[in-house]
Amino acid sequence: MKCGVVVFPGSNCDHDVYHVLRHVTDQDASFLWHERDDVDGCDLVVLPGGFSYGDYLRAGAMAAVSPVMAAVRQHADNGGLVLGICNGFQILLEAGLLPGAMRRNRDLRFLGCDVRVRVERNDLPFTRGYDVGQVLRLPVGHAEGNYADTAAALDQLEANGQVVFRYVDASGDADEAGSGNLNGAERAIAGICNRQGNVCALMPHPERAAEEVLGQTDGLAMFAGLVGSLTATTDSRVGATS
Amino acid sequence: MSQGDSESSPSRFRARVHVYPRREILDPQGRAIGEALARLGFDEVAGVRAGKGFEVELTATDKSAAVAQLERMCSELLANPITEDYSVELLEDSAR
Repeated sequence: MKCGVVVFPGSNCDHDVYHVLRHVTDQDASFLWHERDDVDGCDLVVLPGGFSYGDYLRAGAMAAVSPVMAAVRQHADNGGLVLGICNGFQILLEAGLLPGAMRRNRDLRFLGCDVRVRVERNDLPFTRGYDVGQVLRLPVGHAEGNYADTAAALDQLEANGQVVFRYVDASGDADEAGSGNLNGAERAIAGICNRQGNVCALMPHPERAAEEVLGQTDGLAMFAGLVGSLTATTDSRVGATS
Repeated sequence: MSQGDSESSPSRFRARVHVYPRREILDPQGRAIGEALARLGFDEVAGVRAGKGFEVELTATDKSAAVAQLERMCSELLANPITEDYSVELLEDSAR
């Protein structure tokens, strides 16, 4: 499968994602500069973490209107897979590819630590390597991860099954006011997807937990699952379009 | 570039755009600033919202067109409608 990692000025997890795709899961991976107007035929586009455009205006707001995002939108509209990690999540929200918005963390602190997130559904290419209810330990590093939307929109999100990951405490409970929800996200939401399930984003960094040498491997199954699903769909897509 | 004051030639405007967190959305920064003001003895402070301001220079055919353009800028980029409200104010020395 062909994977593209978008590079904005200020992206800083682009090489980490590239490394996991290229060297850990052994895929064809390349970087996509933010000024290009296509996604170079990639099956999977990853918007990595970082501080695109220095977080000017709002985290992700400037990147959301950069040229490459029109191509990412087109790719998503065609059913292509898009994964947003941390700043990539913020960019997808600002671009309107996912619903909602990010506020500053409840306690106004940058959070750099491990969190526990629970997998809410595993029928997506992004989560097929996990069990529903499985609790992952993943690192976070963000100041604006406090997910928000109107109550009606949140109800709709839940009704559609678009909540993919929730922060949980040590006993596995996803209480909004609980100790596991460090940034204060509404309904302890850590990751969501679009209605179609081909655009998914989360605040934690699976690419930082994908190798034994890092001491954490809970993120690897996300990339391995994407590879598995794409190997299957790429074959069928080639058959359908030729 | 502008010649004369014919109605169709675009004029230059200066505007101030204010963007604030929506009232129903928790604004932790504004709350922290409000608490700091209270610590300084400003007991009369009942609430603070922390926002952003922009001064925008633009050309438009008239004032209402300028305001309409600015409101589009707000809804498309300057403000996030989910978390923020905005207001647009043309400055007095506009429309030279």
